Parts: sequence; structure tokens; C-alpha cells
Amino acid sequence: MRTRTATAYGFLTPYLLVFVGFWVWPIIYSFYLSFMATRRLPWTFNPSMTWGRLTVDPAFHNALKNTLLILVIQVPVMIALATLLAVLLNSQLLKARGIMRFAFFAPVVVGEVAYAAVFRLMFNVDFGVVNKILDGIGLPMVQWFANPTAAMALIIMAVTWRWVGYNAIIILSGLQSIPEDVYEAATLDKVSPVQQFFHITLPLLRPIILFCVVLSVIGTMQLFAEPFLITNRGGPGGATETLGLFLYRQGFTVLNFGYASAVAYTIAGLAVIISLLNLWLGRDKT
Amino acid sequence: MRSKSATRLTRSLALHAAIVPLAIIWLFPLWMMFVFSTMPENGIFSPGIELTPSNQFWPNFQALQEDTGFVRTIFVSVVVATVYTFLSVMLTSMAGWALVRYRFHGRSVVLAIILGTITLPYFVVVIPQFIMVARDFGLSNTWFALIAPPLFNSLGVLFMRQSFSMMPTELFDAARVEGVKEWQIFLRVAMPMAKPTIAALSIILFLHSWNNYLWPLLIANDPEMMTAPVALGSLIGVTRVSWGGIMVGAVLLTAPMLVVFIFLQRYFMAGITAGAVK
Repeated sequence: MRTRTATAYGFLTPYLLVFVGFWVWPIIYSFYLSFMATRRLPWTFNPSMTWGRLTVDPAFHNALKNTLLILVIQVPVMIALATLLAVLLNSQLLKARGIMRFAFFAPVVVGEVAYAAVFRLMFNVDFGVVNKILDGIGLPMVQWFANPTAAMALIIMAVTWRWVGYNAIIILSGLQSIPEDVYEAATLDKVSPVQQFFHITLPLLRPIILFCVVLSVIGTMQLFAEPFLITNRGGPGGATETLGLFLYRQGFTVLNFGYASAVAYTIAGLAVIISLLNLWLGRDKT
Repeated sequence: MRSKSATRLTRSLALHAAIVPLAIIWLFPLWMMFVFSTMPENGIFSPGIELTPSNQFWPNFQALQEDTGFVRTIFVSVVVATVYTFLSVMLTSMAGWALVRYRFHGRSVVLAIILGTITLPYFVVVIPQFIMVARDFGLSNTWFALIAPPLFNSLGVLFMRQSFSMMPTELFDAARVEGVKEWQIFLRVAMPMAKPTIAALSIILFLHSWNNYLWPLLIANDPEMMTAPVALGSLIGVTRVSWGGIMVGAVLLTAPMLVVFIFLQRYFMAGITAGAVK
């Protein structure tokens, strides 16, 4: 390594320009905006129209409640499933491993819009294949888009389908970095595979699983396209409206930039709190 | 020995009994995407269960083209994703190189800030980005607006930095002794050696840009500059459109990426796991 500040900054400048122009400045600017009443010109300093309004706006409270509900159910379910999948896909006993991996990893490349369209058709109440299958095996058909609980379940299923493989890839790479002889020793000591999973695999995977949890929390906090496209703008009656969708409406439909910025900072604050909580829960207890 | 192989068989059977149905469920939406794209409207909305493809892909494609000018939107998407990927690889490689190969004032600060942005929600920047680009500079529906604001990412820097840090320093010093300029060492020596990393990074960046929805939705509403996901999204939820056409669009967005995924799986995996490695 050489000490050459000028050369180093030569290499860094283009990246830093993009960074400052499109991230640093916006971060500062949206903080400033979050205190401004922006519904009419000129914009005025009026935190009660933004931060104050957050405390009393039932639509915001609804979006906050929905987002936290999705978070509490979706993230643990998905991470557990991803961990299980990673272990199963890593097994020496698995046949056709390539095809199996493809099945779970393929959604990683599918965009939000494409899968939203398919999910809408699959879960169509009258003609969707899911309800026809439910009907076929004697279960009641579900009003996926009219029943608030069902619509919420649909969002959770969709997000899990889309992202579980992504997390499984990361966890799988963690699994493969665990040395084989740890397991060989355990097997010689007659430790069952289930015990090996809980006493060897899980503790060793903890940092990587936490990383996945933090990423998923941040992702879920920003959920937008799924309720926008799958459940038709957060329907029925706001039952699937998320903070992301609420922010989109405030910021880009009614162009209330100040209020939307306050929502953005709320999302950031919550994401930081939940991430820190995760890290704290996952800290080394030594 | 016998009982050992018997438990092995039992375990193998249990494993497959768990994973095969799950795999089928996971592939099902992709299969249905393809099936829907080939069906006439009265097939998609028919009382029976249709699980096999029909032959209406081409008519559905024509309906989609009529609704959105989809060919044009694919062209926009390809150009945006390609230029974006190239620029982003260059910017992040140069930054990663600087952070590994030079000791300079403010190095740890720059690194810490870049790392810090990983956990920062995008929503905090998207509103001012929109105000700046659309209102202050009046750049809606331009190539610049579609490509430049999403350029910043920290993953690329970390990934390239990792790659450069594993290369032998002697090689670069030798080049310096020969009198090769710093930027030439970067371009002619370091970058070619980083090819596998660049491939992995490029695939992930291209995919992000290809599937990006929110930013182009905000900034590109002129049909001439719409990206394919935005055009397709605009049809969802609108009555009196061809659902077969929408599904053709979904297939056209997904299939190329799936093909790339199948052939370059190794690079995909590397790109995704890169974020997890410190």
C-alpha cells in the first residue's frame, strides 16, 4: 500500500460524486424536508404538519401496524424456512441437487412486477388455480382480495416465495464454510443429525443468519410493489397498506414531500432500532 | 453395516419427501407464468384447471405490444441496464482499488460511511432524488435520470475491494518500477485479474437494474422512455387489458434472466453471497 492521497482521490472521485449527489445530499435534504409543510408554496417550517401529524394520522397508524405485523410473521417464517432449505440442499443424500437448487433459487431473478402478475392470476377468486385446488380437495375457497386477513396472508406468502431462496443462498454459503470434520467427530460420538443441527450448525451459522434477518427486516420495512400490484394499492380498504405504499402515496401521488420525508425517517428509525435489537439479541454471550 | 445403510435410506427418503413437494410448489408460479402466457383469455378465465400450455403466445404478444409498445420498453430496459452496469462496475472498481491500494487521509471515514449506507432504507433518499431530478433539473424521462441516480451502491465497492486485496502487491510494485502509470496498472493489470469478481458483480447489478421498479416508475412516465417493468406494471389492475399479454411480458422479463442464471449460476451465487462476507 502506498501513501498517495492525490492518486487515491483520483480513483475515488467519480464514485464520491455520485455518493454525495445522490445519497449524502438527499439524506440531509429529506431530514430538512421532514420539518417542512410542503402542501403549498412557499414551504414553511412546520413540524406539526409532518412529525406532529404522524402521531394522529389513522392512515399512518394503520400502515405502521400492517408493516409490523408482516414483519413479525414473515421474517421469522422465511428465515427458518431458508435455514431448513439450506441444510436440506446441502445434504449429501439429496438427488438431483441441481434441479432442487434451481427450484428455490429461481425466484431470485424474478422481478416484482412479473411475479405480482402471476400471483394475481393464481389467487384469482373465481378462476385462480389456488382456489380451484382448495375446492378440489374439499376446502372452502378463499376471498384472497376481499378478506383482509387473506390478503395479508397472500402478501406474506408472495414475499416469502420471492425471497426465501435468496436467503438460502447466503446461509448455504455459510454452511459450506463449516469444516466437515466437525460433523465427522460428532457422528463418531453418536450425536444424531438433529442434535448436530441445533448444537453445531445453528450456533456456527448465527452471524450469517443474523445478517439475513437484518437485511430482511430492512427489506420488509420498505415493502411497496407487492401491496401496490398484488393486492391493488393496499386493498381491501387499506388492509395491506404498508409504510412503503403509504410513503409512495404521500410523496408521489399527492406530492406532500414533507410528510413523506417524515415517514421515510420513521422507517429508517424503525429499521435501525430493529437491526440493533437483532444484533443485541445475537451478541456473543461470552 | 446393513442397519447403517438402512438408516441412510430412511433419511434419504424422508429428505426427499420433505423437499420434493416444496420444490414443486416453488416452481409452480414460474410454470403457471409460462402456461398463462400461451393461453387465450377464455382459457385463463375458465372454470377448469389448465396446467398445460396452449398455443396463443404470439397473439398474446401482439396484444401486449398494442397495449404498451413492449418492444420499445425492452429496448429501454436493455440500454439502461447495460450502461448502468458498465458505469457502476467502473465506479465501484475504482473506489475499491483506491481503498485497498492507497493509504490516504480520510480512508477509514470513507469506508465507514459506505458500510453505513448498507442498512439505510432507500426511502430516505428517493424523495429528494425525485425532487432534484424531476423538479429542479426537469430531467424526467431522460436516460440520465434512469441511469445516474441508482448508480451508488456499496456492495460493489466492498466486493471489488475484497478482490483487489487478494492480489499480490509485488505485481503492482513491479509494474511501477517499470514506470507504468497508476491508472494503467489499475486498467491493464488489476482489472483483468478481477474478471471473475467483475462477472459476478455485473450479473447482480444488471439484474437489479433490469428488475428495478420504483425509481423508473417515478421518473419515466412517457411511453417512449418507460422501462419494461413499469410498462407491465401499468397494465396490472387496469380493466380491459389482455392478461395473456401481461403474462407474455412477465415471461419476457423473467426468461432471459433464468437462462443467464442457469448458465452462470456460480457467478450469481458469488454476487449474492458477496454482501454477506465482510
